[in-house]
Amino acid sequence: METFVAALTIFVLALFVGFEVITKVPPLLHTPLMSGANAISGVTLVGTLITSGARLTTLTEILGFFAVAMATANVVGGFLVTHRMLGMFRRKQ
Amino acid sequence: MPTEEAIVKLFYLAAAVLFIIGLKGLSHPRTAVRGNLLAAIGMLVAIVVTLADNRIVSFQIIVSGFVVGGLLGAIMAYRAPMTAMPQVVAIFNGFGGGASALAVGAALEEALKGEWIEELTVQFTSSAAGAALIGAVSLTGSLVAFGKLQGLINERPILLRGRHVINSALVLICLGLSAWQVVGFTPLLFHADSQLAADLDRAAFPPDLRQAFENHGIALSGRLSVSVEEANKAWRITDSGNRETYETKRQGDHLSIHSHSALPFWIMVVVASILGIMLVIPIGGADMPVVVSLLNAYSGLAAAGHGWVLNNSVLIVAGSLVGAAGFILTALMSKAMNRSLANIVFAGVGATVATEAESEDIYAGRVKAASPGEVAMLMEGARRVVIVPGYGMAVAQAQYAIQDLTNLLESKGVEVEFGIHPVAGRMPGHMNVLLAEANIPYEKLKEMDEINPGFRQTDVVLVIGANDVVNPLARNADPSIPIAGMPILNVDQARSVVVIKRSLSPGFAGIPNPLFAADNALMLYGDAKRMAMDLTAALKEI
Repeated sequence: METFVAALTIFVLALFVGFEVITKVPPLLHTPLMSGANAISGVTLVGTLITSGARLTTLTEILGFFAVAMATANVVGGFLVTHRMLGMFRRKQ
Repeated sequence: MPTEEAIVKLFYLAAAVLFIIGLKGLSHPRTAVRGNLLAAIGMLVAIVVTLADNRIVSFQIIVSGFVVGGLLGAIMAYRAPMTAMPQVVAIFNGFGGGASALAVGAALEEALKGEWIEELTVQFTSSAAGAALIGAVSLTGSLVAFGKLQGLINERPILLRGRHVINSALVLICLGLSAWQVVGFTPLLFHADSQLAADLDRAAFPPDLRQAFENHGIALSGRLSVSVEEANKAWRITDSGNRETYETKRQGDHLSIHSHSALPFWIMVVVASILGIMLVIPIGGADMPVVVSLLNAYSGLAAAGHGWVLNNSVLIVAGSLVGAAGFILTALMSKAMNRSLANIVFAGVGATVATEAESEDIYAGRVKAASPGEVAMLMEGARRVVIVPGYGMAVAQAQYAIQDLTNLLESKGVEVEFGIHPVAGRMPGHMNVLLAEANIPYEKLKEMDEINPGFRQTDVVLVIGANDVVNPLARNADPSIPIAGMPILNVDQARSVVVIKRSLSPGFAGIPNPLFAADNALMLYGDAKRMAMDLTAALKEI
């Protein structure tokens, strides 16, 4: 129960932080924002590493491989695409 | 807690802080690139410190996953054209959700074998079920969104009769299966002689039982242990060599041997995947931005759930952060469209398209077409021109032609600005990204509230491939109009409006646009890129 409450605390606080950070972004940057937030959600990769690195059954290995691959695509692709989008915003010359 | 664990948690905290600072950096174009970089560094920290954790024994799976996923992500990120950004983000998002679902499934399978965690708690199983449910919905929903945005699936809403009933049923089935898994699904393997109970009660494995297992196709290893759950009633046999656990119960005059199964969980994942498809298929192309944003929030939640399962702090923090960010952004976008989220997700707007006859009423005899030469003359005398881009500009890849036109107009002393409606295009900020790609300085890109007051002082408005966002019908309170109440760009208040469009076909709301029939409006029929180039050429000749 203790871990549940601790996790709930973190969850609620993170919701508030998310709220505060997002309301300040101008519509100009909404697409890179969505892309950047999506890249961060790839943090699930960390969890997939723990599951698939423990060398357990074949089923787990197969699931683990796909989980790691998909999460890596999410992270790598997400940050690269956001970077590509952001690089294009220029000041008036 | 042991020092190692504390150090890992501290690094996780640093990563979370970097994520927050990174997202904050995205609030201004100057700090945005750095913000993205910081978030990426945070991710690297979290990954590296996890790999250094000594619970990780096998690197083959991890390295091969890194290589395959990394290549896939990098190739897609750089090969996709800017106009495909919305669907690329959608598909990456789906991958993340799917990864969470598979990972918690693997964790559950391991936990059922009794190897990895001591006790299978309700919290563990229900978090796993929750994360997998949301992750699966996010995966298939994102794939459908990708299909619709990419034009692989019909962009118009596909409405199934009774889809609300079906979807509700699917949700209930998922919840039921999850509850079943939490309670425990232990399918019967076979029956055995109750005399063996004597050995079991002494926590010893009866030699005859091994034969019984083999008769049913299960070869046990040499490392067996027995624990007594309830004297003379229930026992647990743990096969450490094969990493399996069996429950044994006394049933009257014989014993029943059960295994643990995650079957309800996996069936739930399949049902949730179907639900994901069902939820996104009825939504039309113009509403996709809201859906992609919502799906983004879902994969954030799935990652948080994943963190709950593994009791991993960085997953919980970052997942909640992204979940919250996604929901807020979705709310902002719904507000910009002046429609409730429920309306967007459930109402099937845009499924009915105005027929030719209905449109004829509005357009009959009042629509005036012009040629590039005529429009060029109109613009030559203007002091202020506002360009309103829409999805049509993206499809025609006209942004560079627009840049040429803008430069030419400015060299003639005309003030040029861009009016960007919050939901123009396929994703919020979509138009901004395309115009930025064409080197148009971001100070020229004005938001709706900024540019609306200035239309009365504007000589010519050039509407390029936009439709619903400039439709005066939105000012009507009539609820039968899909876009009623949606704030629009008041282009009809300018002196002249030139609309570049391939035909009079309706936009995504499926309704006719009275702007085209207004006295001060002219239609320039053609492809956006072609027309922009023709306009530039005509202007040069004057």
